[in-house]
Amino acid sequence: MSAYLLRRLAYALPILLGVNLLTFALFFMVNTPDDMARLHLGVKRVTPEAIENWKAARGYDKPLFLNVQASGSGVLTDTIFFEKSLAMFAFEFGQADDGRDIGNEIRTRMWPSLAIALPTFVIGLLVNISVALILVFFRHSYVEWTGVVLAVAMMSISGLFYIIAGQYLFAKVWALAPISGYQDGFNAARFVWLPVLVGVVGGLGAGARWYRTLFLEEAGKDYVRTARAKGLSEARVLFRHILKNGMVPILTGAVAVFPLLFMGSLILESFFGIPGLGSYTIDAINAQDFAIVRAMVFLGAVLYILGLILTDLSYTLVDPRVRLK
Amino acid sequence: MMPVVLWTDLLVWLLMAALVGAVLLIRRQPHLRAPWGRVARDPMAMAAALVLAAYTAIALLDSLHYREALPPGPQGEVHYAPEVKSVLDRLLAPLVERQEKSYSAPFATHAFARETLTGPDGQTIRDFPRLIHGGAHLADPVRDRAADILARLAAGLGGGLVIWLAWLGLRRGPRRRRHPQLPWRAMDVTLLALMLVVGALVALAPHYHVLGTDKVGQDVLYASLKSVRTGFLIGALTTLVTLPFSVGLGVAAGYFGGRVDDAVQYLYTTLNAIPGVLLIAAAVLILQAQMEAHPDWFETGAERADMRLLFLCLILGVTSWTGLARLLRGEVLKVRELDYVMAARAFGVSHGRILGRHILPNIQHIILISVVMDFSGLVLAEAVLSYVGVGVDPGMYSFGNMINGARLELAREPVVWWQLGAAFLFMFILVLAANLLADSIRDALDPRTRQRT
Repeated sequence: MSAYLLRRLAYALPILLGVNLLTFALFFMVNTPDDMARLHLGVKRVTPEAIENWKAARGYDKPLFLNVQASGSGVLTDTIFFEKSLAMFAFEFGQADDGRDIGNEIRTRMWPSLAIALPTFVIGLLVNISVALILVFFRHSYVEWTGVVLAVAMMSISGLFYIIAGQYLFAKVWALAPISGYQDGFNAARFVWLPVLVGVVGGLGAGARWYRTLFLEEAGKDYVRTARAKGLSEARVLFRHILKNGMVPILTGAVAVFPLLFMGSLILESFFGIPGLGSYTIDAINAQDFAIVRAMVFLGAVLYILGLILTDLSYTLVDPRVRLK
Repeated sequence: MMPVVLWTDLLVWLLMAALVGAVLLIRRQPHLRAPWGRVARDPMAMAAALVLAAYTAIALLDSLHYREALPPGPQGEVHYAPEVKSVLDRLLAPLVERQEKSYSAPFATHAFARETLTGPDGQTIRDFPRLIHGGAHLADPVRDRAADILARLAAGLGGGLVIWLAWLGLRRGPRRRRHPQLPWRAMDVTLLALMLVVGALVALAPHYHVLGTDKVGQDVLYASLKSVRTGFLIGALTTLVTLPFSVGLGVAAGYFGGRVDDAVQYLYTTLNAIPGVLLIAAAVLILQAQMEAHPDWFETGAERADMRLLFLCLILGVTSWTGLARLLRGEVLKVRELDYVMAARAFGVSHGRILGRHILPNIQHIILISVVMDFSGLVLAEAVLSYVGVGVDPGMYSFGNMINGARLELAREPVVWWQLGAAFLFMFILVLAANLLADSIRDALDPRTRQRT
């Protein structure tokens, strides 16, 4: 087990390095620090000195890979690649354009993001599975047909519509929730329930349909026929046999996305004014703050790989036939 | 008049040509005809296909661009107008030209906001001004409007009905006898609905703003129709971009295995590890910076917006090929162990021939299913990306830009809902039709679902 973990971690390194190189190439080679400076200072009438100052203030005034003027190990370490890219492996994200520490910002903004993403995910999973089970229970009937058509219609509606309509109806017309904003502690519930509701409803169509296919596939298997032949009731077959076996792909799939919940939801947070990582990212994109975008890309990649490893581990837990070597 | 061929125009017409070619090919091959025949017999799929065809027609009409000739100069030299128009613009000229000052509700005769007006006797009052074009033909809008709208609506619906009946009488008899298995009733009903909508719009739109006007007084119906092309292109061209990557790399990884497999797996795991929106955002931001640094690259604003749309498709394609590639790799791993592939290899058949004759025909259904399934997701993604600020050019008509421009207006009292409503409605119908058709195609082509039913 530990050997497996070590091997997976060793395998993660080249991937992270690849992510790092890719973002580095995008941000520093395609778009040189000079371009960045010009973008921030305004395209027209910038003096070369202003550009140099801007670069020096942010540490972008060094060579990309090799610093021939430096001595000793400085040849490699006193470069943009080492300072801006490799430093991320130590989770040192540096400073945003407004001078604030990105790592610090991420640590404080993580919690509001989780306060939205975690309930949305858990409640969403439960609701989707329940609806899918109902559809499977009533299969070959009008209930199923209507449900499937409704699910297709719901997944054809833009996610923005759910947010805008939910915000308008619940917050503005019926004044049941604040339109936007966030508070820490127990007050958070007041601000959180509407985004969570919108998130759950928005994901219901696609989710219910997906789980229905999973359960239907399971329902076609031999052991289900055996269970029915034994004379078990349909409800018992559904809950004791189909649900239990169907949970294997559902749980492992859930584990895979679980770490990514930390990244928050871009659109939900930005609409509801939640000071989480999602709105942080959107603000950074709008302000063209490349340092934050780079940090978030790296963080996302780390969490993704963590999700992959957790998936493998969870297989061994729920399915005793799987052994990790 | 000077025809202008934008890059996306070229690609979308090529795509259409490929589609027609594929249809001709399928019609001649009985083993390909069988599954597609199942799609053709599905009433829901054919109704959805008709709606999609209507959207496609709008997108294609909007993909024929030209620049109008200006009056010749003193030496007789010909200059062309800087703005690029499309055939659709020409057809919708009555909508384009009827600009108001600002917001007005659907079918309104008066503007949405009060203004200071000068009364007939010289004193100033604050009231809603009459619109310049909307309902301008009415002498007394308060008294005549409802009757006028009803009369025009009835005329439009009647016109649509007559055309539909004429079509039924003229074309349907012989065709129906030749193809009795097609779901004619569903197709006729869909066609009737389309005809009625078109008829009503043709009768009403030249005299009213059927969907209201937006902030700068532009007719929302026009903006919605123009947005169709953007959404359609993103859905269609992006899948076109992904195919070489996903098919090429996925098949290579599965077929050759070993080092190639390792390299491809590494590539897609790395790309997958980067959150999709962020990668797209990063690439678009950099593109934007490059375009701002080189304004001399583009002759017209349309070319600039077009290039950005094309790059958005490219970027979306590069970030979204991984899913299909992984599927194909898995499937090819299975197919290459089949007996006849082994036999072919034992006979010394070349790799290219094995891939073309044995592997590709066995995985083509996966490629097709994924292409049609992805289309609707991409149309929806455009709206979200435009909201984040990394979508199409802000000056371009698109559903995302329409939503983005209108969402803050919900805070107004009374609410400006028509722009949002129009964008969501047009998008919903397009995506729903695409989803329904995709479902039917998947059911017909996927051998697993075929066994179950």
